[in-house]
Amino acid sequence: MDNVCFNHRINLVVGNPFMNTLDTEHIFQVKNLSYDYPGNIVALRKINFTIGPGELVALVGANGSGKSTILKLLDGLIFPTDGELTAFGQVLSEKVLKDGYFVADFRRRVGLVFQDPDVQLFSSTVWDEVTFGPLQLEISKDEVVSRGLEVLQLMNIAHLKERPPYLLSDGEKKKVSLASVLSLHPQVLLLDEPTAGLDPQSQGNLIDFLLQWADKGKCLVFSTQDLDTVEEVASRVIVLGTEHTVLADGKPEEFLFDPDFLLGANLIHVHAHRHKELTHRHPHLHGHQH
Amino acid sequence: MVVTEELCYAPGILQKLDPRGKLSTFVLFIVITGLAQSLWILAIILALILALSFLSRVPLGFFLKRILLFIPIFTAVIAIPALFITPGKPLIDLAGKIIITEQGAHTAVLLVMRVLDSLSLGVLLILTTPWTKLLVALRWFHLPSLVVAILGMTYRYIFLLLHTTNSMFLARRSRTIGSFSGGENRRWLAQALATTMAKSQHLSEEVYLAMVARGYRGEVFILDELSLRRRDFLWITFALITALILLWGIHL
Repeated sequence: MDNVCFNHRINLVVGNPFMNTLDTEHIFQVKNLSYDYPGNIVALRKINFTIGPGELVALVGANGSGKSTILKLLDGLIFPTDGELTAFGQVLSEKVLKDGYFVADFRRRVGLVFQDPDVQLFSSTVWDEVTFGPLQLEISKDEVVSRGLEVLQLMNIAHLKERPPYLLSDGEKKKVSLASVLSLHPQVLLLDEPTAGLDPQSQGNLIDFLLQWADKGKCLVFSTQDLDTVEEVASRVIVLGTEHTVLADGKPEEFLFDPDFLLGANLIHVHAHRHKELTHRHPHLHGHQH
Repeated sequence: MVVTEELCYAPGILQKLDPRGKLSTFVLFIVITGLAQSLWILAIILALILALSFLSRVPLGFFLKRILLFIPIFTAVIAIPALFITPGKPLIDLAGKIIITEQGAHTAVLLVMRVLDSLSLGVLLILTTPWTKLLVALRWFHLPSLVVAILGMTYRYIFLLLHTTNSMFLARRSRTIGSFSGGENRRWLAQALATTMAKSQHLSEEVYLAMVARGYRGEVFILDELSLRRRDFLWITFALITALILLWGIHL
């Protein structure tokens, strides 16, 4: 196994034609990007944005607005139907991602955590999960073991090392999902609905962790519908509308306190709810205007 | 399922062995079982299996239940006709019309014993070896990494799909008053199967993307952390000597 795995390690920097043209100013540049799912189902229409190093970007939008699709596009898992997407100055296309040098380097730099942990966790044990990524990128065996142990400690899940993922609680699955990507030591972390399905304490712990992680100058792009998480984590918000276009792009404070805008983007709602003895209806935005 | 996982890590004799040595010796015993023509040889192998399961802290009832459940289903169908159609010396004569011959009885019992021994060896191997270690052992024996990965994921996701299917049954029951006809049940079952298949297809596409996102490029690399120790060499020596004795017994 050792011979199979590690004897033909790729030197990812020396001799890599893509590395010479790396754009370190912009991580992602999205120009007039459209994406349709099979059957002409529109997911995104002519969206534009640029993401730079150190940014903490929240993708916000109603169900089906295309948040998860953007994350998959940014991770080079699917490709635009129209328009252009570049990562580190290199156009992301199927052809480019077949290049061994570029794909290995790209996967080291960018990590995606899927929304559903049962999709993310496909290995037989937690240890296999956290070592899967580094092993596929042909990192040395000692380094793989070191990284695996490091992320288990970091996420406080060392006691789960030999457990199969299907026996874990939802909160534990989320932690293992994140650990499985952190072991790649990515510069950019893409998270699809990271706080969905978590209890309040686990949500708080996750937010603490993400802020600590981002403190190291790394880039974070996450999709969410939880405006509290946006306010606590993001330095920038990209709002997607139900027409699959970018409605707004800017600092969170520019949008989070504008009920008319949030109502229009389907991010808050008018509904009946209780305040002690009083039941009434108005735009409902927890933690902000009420 | 949880019991199986616990047994893999119980402090028994087989659990302490390297899966490669265990896998190879168990396969050897399965081959000998297939070659054996004598019921005595098969009885000795069964006794050895039961002794090993006892020393590996596998509860006898749990172990036997897993094996004996399959014997009548899969073997009896083949073995029972052999009782009547094999020519030979009559053993039981039912009014001169139905005759069970000695050779027929021997053939039927031999078949059942072979299946019993082979199945017991397979079940004991799985009960005392974590699935992941078994996969690493298979990989070590040069089974293609893609096949090993598929085996691993099948095991991983079969429980998720089972859970989904179970939830569908519960959801149906929660909305049901009275009983359905056989036709209605079959129709619902067909719909449930189609839905589960569609869900599993979507899941497989998403899992593939999750693998690609973490660097999968057509070949799965796994961490080989196995090591052969003194007790593994002792086990392999014991197994080889036993195998030679059994083979000698077969040729007598």
